[in-house]
Amino acid sequence: MEEVSGGILDMIGKLMTKSSRREKRRDVHLGDRIFYYSLKASAWTLVFVLLLMFGLILQMAWPAFQHFGWRFLVTNEWNSVTSEFGALALIYGTVVSSLIALVLAVPMSIGVALFLNELAPRWLSTPLGFFVEMLAAIPSIVYGLWGLFVLAPFLRTYVQPPLVDHLGFLRLFEGPPLGVGMMAAGVILAIMIMPTITAICREVFRAIPQSNREAALGLGATRWEMLKLAVLRSSQAGMLGATILGLGRALGETMAVTMVIGNNPDIKVSLMASAQTMASILANQYAEADSPLHLSALTAVGLALFLVSLTINGIARFVVWRVNRKYVRGH
Amino acid sequence: MPADNFEREKAIVNLQHEILNVDNLHAWFGDFHAVKGVSLAVQQGQVVALIGPSGCGKSTFIRCINRLHEEVPGARVQGRVTIGGQDIYGRGADPVRIRRYVGMVFQKPNPFPGLSIFENVAVGLKLGGISKRTVLDEQVERALRQAALWEEVKDKLRQPGTSLSGGQQQRLCIARALAVEPPVILMDEPTSALDPISTAKIEDLLHELKKSVTILIVTHNMQQASRVSDKTAFFLLGELIEYGETSQIFTNPARPKTEEYITGRFG
Repeated sequence: MEEVSGGILDMIGKLMTKSSRREKRRDVHLGDRIFYYSLKASAWTLVFVLLLMFGLILQMAWPAFQHFGWRFLVTNEWNSVTSEFGALALIYGTVVSSLIALVLAVPMSIGVALFLNELAPRWLSTPLGFFVEMLAAIPSIVYGLWGLFVLAPFLRTYVQPPLVDHLGFLRLFEGPPLGVGMMAAGVILAIMIMPTITAICREVFRAIPQSNREAALGLGATRWEMLKLAVLRSSQAGMLGATILGLGRALGETMAVTMVIGNNPDIKVSLMASAQTMASILANQYAEADSPLHLSALTAVGLALFLVSLTINGIARFVVWRVNRKYVRGH
Repeated sequence: MPADNFEREKAIVNLQHEILNVDNLHAWFGDFHAVKGVSLAVQQGQVVALIGPSGCGKSTFIRCINRLHEEVPGARVQGRVTIGGQDIYGRGADPVRIRRYVGMVFQKPNPFPGLSIFENVAVGLKLGGISKRTVLDEQVERALRQAALWEEVKDKLRQPGTSLSGGQQQRLCIARALAVEPPVILMDEPTSALDPISTAKIEDLLHELKKSVTILIVTHNMQQASRVSDKTAFFLLGELIEYGETSQIFTNPARPKTEEYITGRFG
């Protein structure tokens, strides 16, 4: 989704510049021309498929929007018996579980990337980096199983009771320690997005010229000061980009979250309560949605998920662009 | 005057004259023997040019003087280097502290991205634990004036260092090194990435700077070496072939290899 939406923006941008200064292609050879047009067709097919999907989802979701109007996005009653459908709790669940994932995964990933690139000797960083990347290859459902049978009981027994005892007054940690719920979903998402963020951060750090590091060391920086000065400061935009890609993955992640979040479409401040995300409710209820309105409401949730990730991506791209302009190009 | 007092006076006098002493220095990259037993002494307030063909070990040599060479994986150093009488490879010598007293300017201008012009110059002071605003302001202005950059940047100190032109960036890097008032500054081909006008500005600067700082400069440009330096050291294949007064090296070299190189017959 991330890649596709970016591609479209780029393409629109190209089309707009193209119309202002038309460059004439001069492929004399027939083969080149066929090649050019077939690739062009593929590129446009992609756009077409995306628009088609969007249109179809919009069409299917329309009855729900017509029936509930804006209430669909701002109420959190989700009841198939009374046919009351409001997606607020689902949006809340998606956003909060993704935020928990980012809070846990971003510092950890940056730390891992710094260690692997800047501190660890090569004999250690190569295999360790490989293991981190392997985490990305584990199927979502396997994460879900692990989350259900290992992570949730672990949280229930060892993590949540002390949190309730000591930090219960924060309201974030109140209620019975169930194991499954928002916290479990956030933790499992964090593990799932860590390899992505780590891998991109490593690329970003690798792109920094060695002479920046030497400049810092040459001024008498300790290793940590050098990392701050020469590496972290100049990678802000890159690290933000990595975070966004991680967020993109967390927002849409379905299977593992469905298995550990408890599937209760309700807004609770406590992170230990069960919740529901936009993706997980689709996985949960699609097969058994019997009324047309229920089906339409689910499709509308899908559309909302599509729009939420599009908006977040848009904001994030804007931020990256701003940071880039401020720090790298320097004006 | 008691004897030990006299010894100390003598040491201080020596210190004023001989700022840097290198004795039988060897450096390796893995198996590659890059610097082979180089010894040389530098007097305070001089500019010493290091010349020689690419790969002759001159850059490696100056990177041993602020212990930066050892940061490269697989690199190794042997020998004795004293700066102001202090053995920088001695037991208990802390490379981080040593680098605070030996400034370095690199081949390509490398201001820290994300830091303003002011912050770039103040960075060394801050690393040294100075945080008082008035001291920072004062030292940054002094360093920028010394680097002949003050007039050009005084109205835009908050702008990023990377917004300056290449030549200005390099003078910013010189100011960054000067801010902590190091007794010695190492320059590794500081003008090789710059245009002739920026190069001339930096050469002029060196004449001013040597009143207060001792400078070791690696250069591939023979004219530059003869213009800016008091002494010249000629390196070849990791060895120091000849070291002497610049005027003598360029007009009447003692070794045939030196003459062949400076007249452009190889390298």
